[in-house]
Amino acid sequence: MAKQQGPLTGTQTLTIGKALNLGLRRALEDDPKVLLMGEDVGRLGGVFRITDGLQKDFGEDRVLDSPLAEAGIVGTAIGLAMRGYRPVCEMQFDGFSYPAFDQVTNQLAKMHYRSRGRITLPVVIRIPFGGGIGSVEHHSESPETYYMHTAGLKVVTPSTAVDAYFMIQQAIRSNDPVIFLEPKARYYEKGEVDLDAPVTAAEPLHRSRVVRAGTDATVVGYGPTMRVLRDSADAAAEDGRSLELVDLRTLSPLDLDPVYESVKRTGRLVVVHEAPTNLGPAAEVAARVQSECFYSLEAPVQRVTGFDTPYPASKLEEHFLPDLDRVLDAVDRTFSY
Amino acid sequence: MGDKPATKGRPATKARSGARRSRPASTPAGEAALQGSAQEPEFVQLLTPEGERVEHPDYSVDFTDEQLQGLYRDLVIVRRLDLESTALQRQGHLAIWASLEGQEAAQIGSGRALRKQDMAFPTYREHGVLWCRGVDPTAPHGLFRGNDHGDWDPAEHNANLYTLVIGAQTLHAVGYAMGINYDGKVGSDDGEASIVYFGDGASSQGDVHEACVFAGVYHAPVVFFCQNNQYAISEPVERQTRTPIYQRAAGYGFPGVRVDGNDVLACYAVARHALDAARHGQGPTLIEAYTYRMGAHTTTDDPTRYRTGSEVESWKQRDPITRMRTYLAKAGIGDDDFFASVDADADRITGRLREFVIGLPDPDPSRLFEHVYAEESPLQDAERAWFEQYQSSFVGEGAH
Ligand SMILES: Cc1ncc(C[n+]2csc(CCOP(=O)(O)OP(=O)(O)O)c2C)c(N)n1
Repeated sequence: MAKQQGPLTGTQTLTIGKALNLGLRRALEDDPKVLLMGEDVGRLGGVFRITDGLQKDFGEDRVLDSPLAEAGIVGTAIGLAMRGYRPVCEMQFDGFSYPAFDQVTNQLAKMHYRSRGRITLPVVIRIPFGGGIGSVEHHSESPETYYMHTAGLKVVTPSTAVDAYFMIQQAIRSNDPVIFLEPKARYYEKGEVDLDAPVTAAEPLHRSRVVRAGTDATVVGYGPTMRVLRDSADAAAEDGRSLELVDLRTLSPLDLDPVYESVKRTGRLVVVHEAPTNLGPAAEVAARVQSECFYSLEAPVQRVTGFDTPYPASKLEEHFLPDLDRVLDAVDRTFSY
Repeated sequence: MGDKPATKGRPATKARSGARRSRPASTPAGEAALQGSAQEPEFVQLLTPEGERVEHPDYSVDFTDEQLQGLYRDLVIVRRLDLESTALQRQGHLAIWASLEGQEAAQIGSGRALRKQDMAFPTYREHGVLWCRGVDPTAPHGLFRGNDHGDWDPAEHNANLYTLVIGAQTLHAVGYAMGINYDGKVGSDDGEASIVYFGDGASSQGDVHEACVFAGVYHAPVVFFCQNNQYAISEPVERQTRTPIYQRAAGYGFPGVRVDGNDVLACYAVARHALDAARHGQGPTLIEAYTYRMGAHTTTDDPTRYRTGSEVESWKQRDPITRMRTYLAKAGIGDDDFFASVDADADRITGRLREFVIGLPDPDPSRLFEHVYAEESPLQDAERAWFEQYQSSFVGEGAH
């Protein structure tokens, strides 16, 4: 990743990874209380180079190479936040967010509630998540359900460079703890970003968005599966079927109004994620849609997800991960009722 | 007990603690820690980087010529297997590889110190330990190719699967050792012990602290074997600790000892001593093997971003294999024929590895749903049935 010199300005074509890097840079510039902390985030710039160059420019007191201890990272971030800092923690991989699970779910998530609002913890936890990178075990997990299931945490995930750039800044400005899930298999996808646009004018953090209009069926995804959705919609269009695509962007709180509105027009819904089926995000979406849109539904809500197994060895991940064929198969099913 | 560090070529002084079981917690906390590569730290050494045999009052072993030849052979073979594995990754036959280069002595010394009945808990870099346990040298490659999560039988070789989550296996080794205690399998030469491998980075993990607490409290027959290879990916050991790692043992109430991790004889002697103490009911030991990771963290890493060539060069001077070879040649224990025969063995074994890895077929998709549970698993059965039906729907259909 090329080092950014001078002021960041203008509209640029950026990868999602670079957009995150610039969003973090902007946040460090805008607020001296923002700190980055994690394993290898300083000198190395992170194993995905998302924090590349930041320690060099902001110093070791703002970009901390932490000891190798995830509970330590999140636990100390909580203390730093109590002191008025805004720590942004990196978990090196999704599977390594679990050693911090107690600090995240018992401490970070509950402090505001327990203290009756006297303590706010503006901590962001960045987690590269999802599969499809051909890696070894624990490097391809989809932990979103655990975090969505935990009241007190907010959970968001960008799927484009624009969202990456603004959502990370919004997450850092949030006074609630935010689990910020980065679709690591998509770090290299590019998009145009207006770096001068004020973050306050960006799409709000907790909004879902229709990213492609369609008429025949609604397909909902987020983060890593959005590319699969786009490919599926292209393929379906060739078969004369028009899919409407929704990018959830925010998993907690869920913002399902755009989904209800869409399903009321199309009558058909497919929800796609890499996380396993059982109790996954799609279960919640389906339950809410069936109660809000019962009379509009032409078919049961279909789920296209990872299976209820541990994440497999990478030679098998293509079978585990939702792909275009499985999405179209599910769309077909909604037409068979 | 020396106040000065052992310098190259001089006999090492006794490590600060650990030698005497009767006073296990005698680690002076304020002692200057000699970190980094500028100076040799204080550690147990039996073979200098120049290949000279030195004695240590607490760790003397009468190695037979055969044993010494065997250790050399192990070192050479595991390095050759490792280099071949890195090459296989470069050529696209493995997804990733974690190289042990530079750490051969720590792994072979401790691995050969284990008795058959002992149990080893590796991390992900202990290919040399697996070799000593008799695990087929091709066994880890399924994991690094993406075929499986480690496909050897831990009970058959008394070598657990690799653990990728840093530090987690330390607790498993302690629990296993607690079981040894409860089974009454301590107190004699036939007693059992477990050994757990972890890195300097891992020493920061809560799990590792808790493992030491449990080991101390339950007097478990376990040996903590920390390979301090100076780095956790990009972070130097100073990011993990201000005191030498072995000195932490005192806080848990058991001995800690630092050994020259590039000296296979010292690693053998120290590990043997600790394992035998454990099997005789004398509780845990923390060994810090002071060594260096010569290569990248894994094949995805670029170490030039965080360390200098001159540092790497200085560690090359302390190579574990060179010093052993020099010693064997000088002592007349290994002649040219012997060295050539070891190289020929390494060629043969490495050739077999290459053939095996390249020929490894992709796993069958049905494996996805196998072994999620030991007992009934209706959810997975239903998903497998759906999956098989879905897969068969593509037959003869052509490209979608
Ligand atoms: C719990 C956890 N956090 C982060 C990682 C990512 N990671 C893999 S290896 C590594 C460094 C390990 O360093 P060390 O313990 O010194 O062992 P070494 O690799 O040097 O042998 C890190 C941070 C991980 N595997 N597990």
